[in-house]
Amino acid sequence: MKNKGLNKVDLIFEKVNLKEVLIKAFKMSGDEIIQQVLASGLKGRGGAGFPTGLKWKYTAAEKSPEKYIVCNADEGEPGTFKDREILDRVSYKVYGGMAIAARAIGAKQGIVYLRGEYRFLLPQLMKELETFHKIIEEIGYDFKIRYAMGSGAYICGEESALFESIQGDRGEPRNKPPYPTTSGVFYKPTSINNVETLVTAMMIIKHGAETFTQLGTKDSRGSKVFSISGDTPTPGIFELELGMTVLQFVNEFGDGDTKAVQVGGASGFCVPRKKFTDTIIGFEGVPTGGSMKLFNSSRSMYNVLHNYLDFFAEESCGQCTPCRVGCQQLLKGVEKVKKGEAKSTYLNELVKLADTMKVASKCGLGQSVGNAFRTIVENFREEIIY
Amino acid sequence: MYQSENLVRELTDKHGRSRQSLIPILQGIVERYNYLTDEAMVEVAKELDISAAEVYGTASFYTFLDTKIRGKYVIRVCKTITCSMKGKGDIIQTLEDMLKIKVGETTTDRMFSLLETNCIGWCHKAPAILINEMPYTELTPEKIVEIIKGYMQK
Repeated sequence: MKNKGLNKVDLIFEKVNLKEVLIKAFKMSGDEIIQQVLASGLKGRGGAGFPTGLKWKYTAAEKSPEKYIVCNADEGEPGTFKDREILDRVSYKVYGGMAIAARAIGAKQGIVYLRGEYRFLLPQLMKELETFHKIIEEIGYDFKIRYAMGSGAYICGEESALFESIQGDRGEPRNKPPYPTTSGVFYKPTSINNVETLVTAMMIIKHGAETFTQLGTKDSRGSKVFSISGDTPTPGIFELELGMTVLQFVNEFGDGDTKAVQVGGASGFCVPRKKFTDTIIGFEGVPTGGSMKLFNSSRSMYNVLHNYLDFFAEESCGQCTPCRVGCQQLLKGVEKVKKGEAKSTYLNELVKLADTMKVASKCGLGQSVGNAFRTIVENFREEIIY
Repeated sequence: MYQSENLVRELTDKHGRSRQSLIPILQGIVERYNYLTDEAMVEVAKELDISAAEVYGTASFYTFLDTKIRGKYVIRVCKTITCSMKGKGDIIQTLEDMLKIKVGETTTDRMFSLLETNCIGWCHKAPAILINEMPYTELTPEKIVEIIKGYMQK
């Protein structure tokens, strides 16, 4: 299979003159901005990968005097920590991306929803926000950003749960449709974008869509920030061009004994060694919001799966039955099989349950529990049983 | 127990009395006292003119809006996979021995609570914990003893 290899990129953390970029952006009409972002092929960097340009286009098309741009900084996926780093190092680019998005969709208000675990960053972020507001005022553009804080709930990273939380309620996901572009925070048209997406969009406006489309593959344009952890000699944050195989990734970041890579966190996919060569990291293979966890042969994949299921059982909001009961039953089920209280064929029943959750759950949490479950159980069955 | 009336009024004055002020107000109380008493939640309900059940229902949804008594310093040890692989167990053991409490408990002098939490976003510097809002990373049993000693002297 043809692929791009492993290339390091410096787009997200590159220093830019915010005022210059914003002046350039504001000379463009909202529609021109959207066309640029559409042409770049940028897909959301939070994990779900919805085309950013389309999201902006749909929100722009809504006729409402009140619209919002929301920055999703509720980075809770196990193994993801790139948004913290982005906010820590270049928050002004996040604000800049929000201003450009606001111009595109016709919003005057922006909200950053920051997870409670990152509260220690807030004083610094507020200071940088003040500077940003000054720049915006100097340019003469009407746009204000404020912060809303999370309080330790993974589910609030789900867009509609996040809106509920901003509105002061339990973070329980809403039924869709209506989608946020029609009815988002305070039930107004809202574009909600991940931290990295907003920065990337700003860099697309700065450099032009072509520089971005030169990177990556047809399905996964550009570069992306990866959060790398687990059994690796070089854990940390790396910006890489999309389109590499898991093998190329492991050759660079593995410890020489990698038996599996969990791509996309607890809600992502487990790639075993035998599939490293022909699995591409990206939307044509295994998508990721950035979380890459490496496991070497000393690790028990039962422990990994058990840890993830325990995580989901705790973080399920409990609103819909497939997810609430499903997560608990999957956890109990693998424990039973491990203890020999259930036959190994019981795992097949559990896989069916995970598949049902994918269809029947209300939101992405319950729908994606089956990703890790199926890929770990299928590839490491003996480790789950014995 | 703490007296919450003044703080609740102070916070409602600051954040307003609409429904969207609820979480910032509760966060403000937790920031000061580390947990929500029944009295504080009733007080907030009165100020916002909503039922106390609404307040409790919202608070109990969020892990960091504790409705159980907590110490002055709440230690949350990350238990998600990387921290768990990289020595979270030793950290918990050291803390339990040092503070003479188990996970989920608070010291009798109400100084420390020991809890586990899900991924706090420091997997590349595991194991990691939060003490109130401050993260501490790449911990070893020796390091955590020093950190806790520092808090004991505060």
